[in-house]
Amino acid sequence: MNIHEYQGKALFKQHGVRVVEGVHCTSVSEALDAYDHLQSKVVAVKSQIHAGGRGKGNLYSPGSRDLVMEGGVKIAFSKEDVGTYSENILGNILVTKQTGEEGKLVKHLYVESGCDIAHEYYLALLVDREQKSVLIMASTEGGMDIEEVAEETPELLHKLNIDPNAGLMGYQIRDLGLALGLQGAAHKSFGKMLKALYSLFLKEDCAMVEINPLVRSSDDEMIALDAKVSFDENAEFRHKSWDDIRDLSEEEDVEIRAKETGLSYVKLDGNIGCLVNGAGLAMATMDVIKLYGGEPANFLDVGGGANEEQVKTAFSIILEDPNVKGVLVNIFGGIMRCDIIARGVIAATESLGLTVPLVVRLAGTNVDEGKAILAASTLNIHPADDLAEGAQKIVELIGGEV
Amino acid sequence: MAIWIEEDAKVLVQGITGKQGMFHADKMVEYGTNIVGGCTPGKGGMTVDLQSNPYPVWNSMFEAIEATDADATVIYVPPPFAAEAIMEAADAFDQIKGEGVVVCITEGIPTLDMVKAVAFVDNRPGVRLIGPNCPGIITPGNNGGAKIGIMPGHIHAKGRIGIVSKSGTLTYEAVAQTMSIDEGQSTCVGIGGDPVNGTGFIECLAAFEADSQTEAIVMIGEIGGNAEQEAAAWAKENVTKPIVGFVAGATAPPGKRMGHAGAIISGGKGTAEEKFEAFEAAGIACARDPSELGAVLLESLKAAGLR
Repeated sequence: MNIHEYQGKALFKQHGVRVVEGVHCTSVSEALDAYDHLQSKVVAVKSQIHAGGRGKGNLYSPGSRDLVMEGGVKIAFSKEDVGTYSENILGNILVTKQTGEEGKLVKHLYVESGCDIAHEYYLALLVDREQKSVLIMASTEGGMDIEEVAEETPELLHKLNIDPNAGLMGYQIRDLGLALGLQGAAHKSFGKMLKALYSLFLKEDCAMVEINPLVRSSDDEMIALDAKVSFDENAEFRHKSWDDIRDLSEEEDVEIRAKETGLSYVKLDGNIGCLVNGAGLAMATMDVIKLYGGEPANFLDVGGGANEEQVKTAFSIILEDPNVKGVLVNIFGGIMRCDIIARGVIAATESLGLTVPLVVRLAGTNVDEGKAILAASTLNIHPADDLAEGAQKIVELIGGEV
Repeated sequence: MAIWIEEDAKVLVQGITGKQGMFHADKMVEYGTNIVGGCTPGKGGMTVDLQSNPYPVWNSMFEAIEATDADATVIYVPPPFAAEAIMEAADAFDQIKGEGVVVCITEGIPTLDMVKAVAFVDNRPGVRLIGPNCPGIITPGNNGGAKIGIMPGHIHAKGRIGIVSKSGTLTYEAVAQTMSIDEGQSTCVGIGGDPVNGTGFIECLAAFEADSQTEAIVMIGEIGGNAEQEAAAWAKENVTKPIVGFVAGATAPPGKRMGHAGAIISGGKGTAEEKFEAFEAAGIACARDPSELGAVLLESLKAAGLR
């Protein structure tokens, strides 16, 4: 789960990570008030969306798609500037290299005081899957694309794995500070910030905290000028506060509804809908559709113990997508019995009035009963014995449209 | 021989009085698994009926292992308490026997809880953690066997193919593929689809290589991380038995989590193509369609003079 920069900075402040003063705004008049309130000659006017590359992105009008302004993060030198920039940002579409062509509608703005920058750094905390521990990454090359730094000058990217038993230790902080060339007050300020960030990372169940840039101010304070924070959704049960900061408009509506019914759904661009049990098999089903010349319309995992109602919801979500020209159901019954799935498929197709071709592949527990139920139905259901046959059939059935 | 779990291994069930735990404990007994009881804090002293026979419940894993000399435990505890259940089991096995296998089925454990639990288990070298978020481990026997998890027992048969996979149902698919060419399995291990887990591919490959019953290996990976690449590189140097591989997620879009918490292509890394290439570079015979795993395995067996 991602949050906005302004929310991340509020969290930073709460945990003792130094940020500059800023105000979250949702209208031009709020932005103008924020300028008065901040009493800073120079302010940054920053688009708030859940995607990176905002500074280099462009704003477009939602209707005409005309270019409104270049750059989603602007430096304002006057109140007039704040008015112009916030008007150009709010209600328009920001396209960055991370949003894809469709971009994202900007509804939130962050107006932030200026800051005297002596140097820009990069700092991130994340979970290292291979080392099975929290990893801190830091670099003197702040403000840059960190993947480029890792690729071209890996010696400038410093990595620190934290032993979960020992925690972040003093020598690690000192060594990392020195590796970044920090001295005196700046080194001390960095140590304080790193401790605060590590504690925040654990307490808030973060998946990632990225600060790019982290800056050293002209008076040797380390300040987080950016805040990209994401949480581990598995830990939601112990963070009731996440409900308040979750911006549902940033998430796909249909993916949220799927999640509420215990389904895992990701929309794709193709035209063959898939309904599968198990995440690995669901991915494999998409892959095989593509292998036989089709394009999957979605990833959908109904889970290990889906009931008739969930199968019905799954069908209705798949069929909502106007691109879907056919559906492939692929179930390997383990806990889930094929006869139950077969009944669910029939009930769902009858009640939803399915008009596109449907191929059903059943295997595993009670497969013969399941197949018999499908064969006895008057509906136009095409059976398949294995995944390859199922994929070939559905591709043929929607023939010519792939 | 099989790996880690013998056919007659004595198995405990943590969370045995819960709905999931009881349902699957019953299925395990039905398959022939040597279930010796379970553990639910606060419910010690009661019994649970599995296949119409009573099984004892203990308050703690220390009590349960002391009483039963169990070899393994399987965890069906909800996510908020699962990491602690892993650590309790690891601690008890370590102190009482110096060894034990902990299988965690639970999906949805917070990643930082797993970071802590895995470090805890790693400090107890005799204890092995399998999972979490996995179907478990099964060693089919001549008559029944040890099914420790949620996989459908009846699709398996004892044989010489070792299977290791990050996925659940896709593992069943692989099992069915071995059966389609009249091959059974030595042991099937689901290592789970979470970003931080216990036993990995390499440990499974090493155990299969050392196991006299296993003559060939099927390895099923998926997008995210680089465990498959590392395993492939390791296998090239260390595994002499034929390996057949598949990787799920060739069509997955970058940056999107595909069901499993760990199945995500981030920063352009962890793609299926990258993993297939690593497999091929290591001499692993790949199936691009899981329905062809059987055929590819048959070819590999023939090439190795095993058919």
